[in-house]
Amino acid sequence: MVPLSWYLIFAAALFSIGLFGVLSRRNAVAILLGVELMLNSVNINLAAFWRYGDVSQMAGQVFAIIVFAVAAAEVAVGLALVISVYRRRNTVVADEINMMKW
Amino acid sequence: MTGEQIIFLLTALFTLGSGVMVVTSRNLIHAALWLVSALFGVAVTYALLDAAFLAVVQVVVYIGAIAILFIFAVMLTRKDMRDQGPQMNTNWWFGALLSVLVFGGLFFLLQGWSGLSRTASPIPPGFDSISELGNALISPDAYVLPFEVASVLLVAALIGAVYVAFNPRSGDTRK
Repeated sequence: MVPLSWYLIFAAALFSIGLFGVLSRRNAVAILLGVELMLNSVNINLAAFWRYGDVSQMAGQVFAIIVFAVAAAEVAVGLALVISVYRRRNTVVADEINMMKW
Repeated sequence: MTGEQIIFLLTALFTLGSGVMVVTSRNLIHAALWLVSALFGVAVTYALLDAAFLAVVQVVVYIGAIAILFIFAVMLTRKDMRDQGPQMNTNWWFGALLSVLVFGGLFFLLQGWSGLSRTASPIPPGFDSISELGNALISPDAYVLPFEVASVLLVAALIGAVYVAFNPRSGDTRK
């Protein structure tokens, strides 16, 4: 049987990789790809705590499903914003989208 | 080392390698395809955790909908960034440092936690996790309210996405 720590360390590593992608990519779509990795690592944690705790308490899986729904909503709105900005400014580079920067 | 541990280690290595390729590959289409393979690795992890419904939903929703949406977005926006110029911003080393620090901090915190080496008790016989999950999602004593709020959020996000991405000029030319 795999100990709980392996799942947690795996999820922490995946979260850090996603954080690196969010902080250092220039393309806005690539930033959203990093956000997806981070959300997936959170879901691994939720499922692992469900399995290693009391199995009859479904909170872990329920919140994993709600994270799925939030991720789908986030991707739909985020990509719509990227496409809208691309149409108006002809760029997807996050540094160049500075209309609201004071 | 048992077979399950070997499968877990292979899956984790595959997923983490795919994740590194997602954040480092220059071609965004390749990054989106690496994201698909990372999501498959996470689905295998759910299967190892006996979360059958989550594994199926991961394949259907994440790979079937979200990853395909990413590939469409890359195809719609890649005129000016076709693999030229740097893909990382100028202070990417700061992001790398911060993510290494976050991983180190989480690792350090987990070392001091007593429940870390816990092993899972076997699933009791006759326990059906999918029907339990369905009951928990629609039972008023459990999670029906977050479930409904999530559905309202999805509708709002879909309407918002259509409104934001709608191009009134292209609508005019069609008339």
